[in-house]
Amino acid sequence: MTFEHDVVVVGAGGSGLMAALYAREGGADVGVVSKLHPLRSHTGAAQGGIAASLGNEEEDHWLWHAFDTVKGSDYVGDQDAIEALCKDAPRTIVELEHYGVPFSRNEEGTISQRRFGGHTRNFGEAPVKRSCHAADRTGHTILHTLYDQCTKQGVRFYDEFQVLDLIMTEDGECAGVVAYEILTGEIHTFHAKQVCFATGGYGRAFETTSNAHAGTGDGMGIMLRNGIPLEDMEFVQFHPTGLYRLGILITEGARGEGGILRNSDGERFMERYAPTVKDLAPRDLVSQCIYQEIREGRGVQGENYVHLDLTHLDNAILDKKLPEVTEFSRTYMGVDPKEEPIPVVPTCHYAMGGIPANEDGHVEMGERGEYVPGLYAVGECACVSIHGANRLGTNALLELVVMGRRTGIEMAKQVRQGKDYAPLPETPEDDTRTMLDDLLSNTRDEGEPIVNVRSELQETMMENVSVFRNDDTLSTALNDLQGLRKRAKNVVVDDKSKRFNTDLMDAVEVGFMVDYAEAIAGGARNRTESRGAHSREDYEERNDEDWLKHTLFHSDGNGNYEFDDKEVVITRFEPKERSY
Amino acid sequence: MAEMQLNIEIKRYNPEDDDGPHWESYEVPADPLDSALSLLLHVKWHIDGTLSLRKSCAHGICGSDAMQINGENKLACSVLVQDLVDGDGDTITYAPLPSAPVVKDLIIDQSRFFEKYREVKPWLITDGPAPEREREQSPEEHAMIEDATKCIMCGACTHACPSTWADPDYLGPAAMLKAYRYTFDSRDDGAEERLDVVDSPDGLWKCYTIFNCNEACPKDIDITRWLSALKRRAATSQASTKA
Repeated sequence: MTFEHDVVVVGAGGSGLMAALYAREGGADVGVVSKLHPLRSHTGAAQGGIAASLGNEEEDHWLWHAFDTVKGSDYVGDQDAIEALCKDAPRTIVELEHYGVPFSRNEEGTISQRRFGGHTRNFGEAPVKRSCHAADRTGHTILHTLYDQCTKQGVRFYDEFQVLDLIMTEDGECAGVVAYEILTGEIHTFHAKQVCFATGGYGRAFETTSNAHAGTGDGMGIMLRNGIPLEDMEFVQFHPTGLYRLGILITEGARGEGGILRNSDGERFMERYAPTVKDLAPRDLVSQCIYQEIREGRGVQGENYVHLDLTHLDNAILDKKLPEVTEFSRTYMGVDPKEEPIPVVPTCHYAMGGIPANEDGHVEMGERGEYVPGLYAVGECACVSIHGANRLGTNALLELVVMGRRTGIEMAKQVRQGKDYAPLPETPEDDTRTMLDDLLSNTRDEGEPIVNVRSELQETMMENVSVFRNDDTLSTALNDLQGLRKRAKNVVVDDKSKRFNTDLMDAVEVGFMVDYAEAIAGGARNRTESRGAHSREDYEERNDEDWLKHTLFHSDGNGNYEFDDKEVVITRFEPKERSY
Repeated sequence: MAEMQLNIEIKRYNPEDDDGPHWESYEVPADPLDSALSLLLHVKWHIDGTLSLRKSCAHGICGSDAMQINGENKLACSVLVQDLVDGDGDTITYAPLPSAPVVKDLIIDQSRFFEKYREVKPWLITDGPAPEREREQSPEEHAMIEDATKCIMCGACTHACPSTWADPDYLGPAAMLKAYRYTFDSRDDGAEERLDVVDSPDGLWKCYTIFNCNEACPKDIDITRWLSALKRRAATSQASTKA
């Protein structure tokens, strides 16, 4: 059947709900289509905080925040977007508070703030308290509050509808999306004046990840298949402190509250690498240092992990400020952080790259201003680019809410100004129907279990495209992906039923994974320098002359691809050597 | 090598094909530190792809995978094998949360659960314009609601409650905890509107402080305590209305 809304938002995490809420408040009729119930979205897993220069604890300025973000990005973040983000941050946090987010409070009754990696006062002098938080459940409280508000405002939700395709007119205008209703197995058309992708990240493309099972990057796969490029996909964030073997996140807030990383000698090794900010260096650097310690034989007990030591902190800090992570490490590792250090290892956490979009959410094909009419992207699936080559902790939640807000306002404005529905093609659902029928008709004779293809993809990405890369590892990964592309089309779906067929959706997701994994590995091979989270063993230096630019990955969907460049916007901060 | 082999019994039901629910058994390898969820995923990925369950974050914050495990309501991702069995050859049983329509296998229909959530006006209600900066709230005021804000809306509590089992229209602990969370928020002015909903035959007074909700809550929220506070507020409000 066909549903019609002024605005259709795909995905119901922080950015999708913000976009929906502000579009609704701007007068638009809004439908939110999500493969999960909104409250199951991965924004809920964000722990440590959301950055804003409120200055509640000590002096702070948005410009200091902007500088830290630019430097954190290794100078490849776009400074106009970064300025918009940091300037808008205090106002947006106050709006969230007015909506009811239960932020932790200080003695004055204002929002409590704490330190986080890479956030400093006065352009790098020393760490600053900038992270607003609700204990270590910040994302959870924001997600739930936004859902409560959307419910109040009458946003229409389509829960457990998985979007599988974009509907584009011949003129290149977006007319809507095609979605699979998981409960019934029906395929539906959503006809919309404005479509916003808020589909999140792709951590599940890697073997060790902090991301939810749902974090399969579907939106990025859908874009590639519709001829829209992906930007800066080589920049993948590994968070330094995932629980050993599991990848479950231990917030950087643990180091913000005074936690220390130690190697097998018990040494606080970050002092050697980042003498000024030590354990509060940005994530790219800390993850690289942990890998380096392990490579040089200083992993704890000869294993591939280091220790996060919180034993010297007051019990009250663990109980009040870090209750969730204290519980996680007890539940999953049997380690009481009050008594002994937590075994940790870098875990795939965040996509800096994604769908090229500007700071009002407009998807751009190539040059700035070359909008795809009617199409927006926001949140982790988008590349604005705020985070450049490395995102600072607490800037992700901030991007969700600031850019979600701006995008919602922009979409409502376009609707008010008379943007109409683009005409639907005659049979918008055909490609989706064919894809699903093909997958359902695969048999054990020529195909194989979904898990084989997915696991091999996750293994090759982890082995060859994680913290350190070189031409050999990246070529290996790209070669593996060529084989996996064919195999992903032949996976066998055991479940042939119409009703709640998650097996079929697993098969579709593996196909998307192959498409954008190629963008990650291909982008990493293409960028012959080291910058931020992209660390090439065969090109160890940053090379501004050739690579102070974004890359756009275009694919024909069959393993053939090419790259375009896009200029970096520099407003006030000229690129400098990056040290902490 | 996995340390043991376990017997997994799952209550299966696909209304499209089956006359009614039935139990199916699977042999799976397991380590003591595996989560109950990882055993289900082993079945789904390696033995039978038709097994259907909800899952997402896999570490107890998204609330997708509440189900009945060895007869108790739990989040499958947050309970470990070592807490469920003594050793090799033991059995773990999995069933959907009780007293809800089954969509398929371990998946229940939560639409009624979320209707009840919407009934309690689960949002901040304020009089007058918002201030320029944040509304102030002392740490003590914040502490009144912090425990309740941990709720992940998984449904384990509501579906553990005998009042829910007896009366499908009972609002249930999850929805009323949400009512508590906003009513006791020092920034909120909507107590009367919300009390109108919960101070009703299908509301607070069907909570007989049986504490099943507290036991089922995977986030260890002291639900009964907060519902008792809401009852006191409702009683005070009634008294003042009559006066």
